[in-house]
Amino acid sequence: MLLELKDVHVHYGKIEALKGVSLQVDEGEIVSLIGGNGAGKTTTLKTISGLRSCSSGSVFFEGADIGSMPGHRRVLAGIGQAPEGRGIFPGMSVHENLLMGAYARKDDHSKELAEAYELFPRLAERRSQAAGTMSGGEQQMLAIGRALLSKPKVLLLDEPSMGLAPMLVQQIFSIIEEINRRGTTILLVEQNAQQALRLAHRAYVLETGRIVRSAPASELLDDPQVRAAYLGGDVGGGDTGDTAGAEGEAGKVALGKTAPETGKADGEDAPDAE
Amino acid sequence: MSDNTNKTANTAGWRGALSGPLEAVRTHWDRAPGWERWAVYVLLIIGALFLPYEGLAPVMSPESAWSTILFYPIGIYVLLALGLNVVIGYAGMLDLGYVAFWAIGAYTMATMAVKHGIGFWPLLPCGIVLAAVSGVILGAPTLRLRGDYLAIVTLGFGEIVRKVAENTNWLGGTRGINNIPHPPSHEGVWFAGVDLFTYKIRDARPYYYLLVAVIVLVVIFSKRLEASRIGRSWTAIREDEDAAEIMGVPTFKFKLLSFATGAAIGGAAGVVFAAKTSYVAPANFPFLLSATILAAVVLGGAGNIPGVIVGAFLVAWLPERFRGLADYRDLAFGAILVAMMIFRPEGLIPSRQRKAEMAEGGGGMGHMGAEIDTSGSEAEVGSR
Ligand SMILES: Nc1ncnc2c1ncn2[C@@H]1O[C@H](COP(=O)(O)OP(=O)(O)O)[C@@H](O)[C@H]1O
Ligand SMILES: [Mg+2]
Repeated sequence: MLLELKDVHVHYGKIEALKGVSLQVDEGEIVSLIGGNGAGKTTTLKTISGLRSCSSGSVFFEGADIGSMPGHRRVLAGIGQAPEGRGIFPGMSVHENLLMGAYARKDDHSKELAEAYELFPRLAERRSQAAGTMSGGEQQMLAIGRALLSKPKVLLLDEPSMGLAPMLVQQIFSIIEEINRRGTTILLVEQNAQQALRLAHRAYVLETGRIVRSAPASELLDDPQVRAAYLGGDVGGGDTGDTAGAEGEAGKVALGKTAPETGKADGEDAPDAE
Repeated sequence: MSDNTNKTANTAGWRGALSGPLEAVRTHWDRAPGWERWAVYVLLIIGALFLPYEGLAPVMSPESAWSTILFYPIGIYVLLALGLNVVIGYAGMLDLGYVAFWAIGAYTMATMAVKHGIGFWPLLPCGIVLAAVSGVILGAPTLRLRGDYLAIVTLGFGEIVRKVAENTNWLGGTRGINNIPHPPSHEGVWFAGVDLFTYKIRDARPYYYLLVAVIVLVVIFSKRLEASRIGRSWTAIREDEDAAEIMGVPTFKFKLLSFATGAAIGGAAGVVFAAKTSYVAPANFPFLLSATILAAVVLGGAGNIPGVIVGAFLVAWLPERFRGLADYRDLAFGAILVAMMIFRPEGLIPSRQRKAEMAEGGGGMGHMGAEIDTSGSEAEVGSR
């Protein structure tokens, strides 16, 4: 087992965002974590990458308890992340952003650099452009490419489809699949459950800080309750980022206990700059 | 609605008019070859050396002694702004109590020289180290906070340092400390009519040259830092602290380093200041000064050394120049600051990188009000 969370509780002040989350990710898998807005998906990933610490429970990586390891060390251990909202460095060029991905490494990273440019030819075209002036889709590519430069054993992806046009979502997801095929384990967080479940081997459903379902992805895709809650009852349609909010709403209606929204709206596929 | 669009268009027009020539200079500078840059730097230093020239005085400062003003406020503001730039411009942390480190340097010089007879030169490194250590002491518990939380804590620190000085007899209380000795003199080295190393009360120019030397060293030091791995780490922290951490940047350590470096520069300014004025009191270190230095950094272009120097020069010089306007002076000065922030929020001479950050909407001042990891403590206010 590569990554394991055991009964993890995480608090924001008095608010308990994770109420005993346990999950496992095996080497070579794509595991998806789906859930509505405010369910605790981002918090789960932050706990794994060390940006938040658990109030109780433990995180194991390659068999070792990494609960007390600071975030900046976990990169070297093999945990890479493309954070929510992409988290690229806006003032740095595309190339500089990619190099930041290799910040912690002392060995040669030219192979991973070439690979990132190969997977995302778009980034090669924009090599010297300031990352902040790129479109949302390009920024997402950059965030993933940058994470690859740390040569991660497990890649944590937080809503890579957020705010992207359907075409682009397709493209990004097929690249994620390719990354996995080349040997990187992936933990994929998504509100866009439709797409995520098609890609993943296994999936967990998170609801207000608790795992409520865990099953092979295909099984969840066919599950009427999950479909009603997270797939808008429409299995055939191509979901887009634009309807992600609506899916969250559906989740509330069907299962009735989704937490309030985090208030982070990032819904356009264009740079804010003019 | 249409009214609104009109306004926006108007603002953009104004902005364009202001930024056109500056932009051309910038672009040229970015592409300038190494020798040209060096030539400009050398010319600037030579310019600074001839700045106290008496012929300039009627133009630059008709109301008060030009060479005195050149030392304080102008020179000191420039040095302080360069120090604060390391904290705000490089690491993106909002420090509203920066003046405290200046005070610590000044009081180090005052107490140690007056009470223990230690000279200026040994006290200069002492003041620097002491200020840096206070930076670490303040930073260690507070740098886990971000954005506006940090701003509030540093603001408090600035006030505490001043209050402690006011209420400590050993530090002279509100009356401060008198008769601080000047640096030791070496007479007979003349430059442009100035006895260069003769530090007496009459002539402010030798002190000004001392300050120029410190400023040049600080600029070189800042430039080296900027281009190093440390500088890159600061940039990453400023642009997205969480992302920096997950790239492997030990964010806390580097924030502390930035804080201590800024504090050290403030401390150096304090020692030099006290040695010149021979008198320090708590009233020299009000919050308003922290705010003014902050204004200088932001106005000039945080993160860009030429910008910061120009900003500090203007903020120090304009109110002195227009002393004649008496009561309207502050009003006019305030109006200029407001206008600047409307028409050129990235500063007069911003760094390229800063501009891109502003365009992205981050504001380039770190992530104000971003979340804080209190790891189970109660102090958290959710703002995400
Ligand atoms: N910085 C924060 N401060 C306080 N509460 C937070 C913070 N971040 C998230 N939360 C709360 O934690 C819960 C889980 O949030 P999050 O992990 O962002 O959910 P998701 O990623 O699934 O949308 C929500 O109820 C949210 O309001
Ligand atoms: Mg989230």
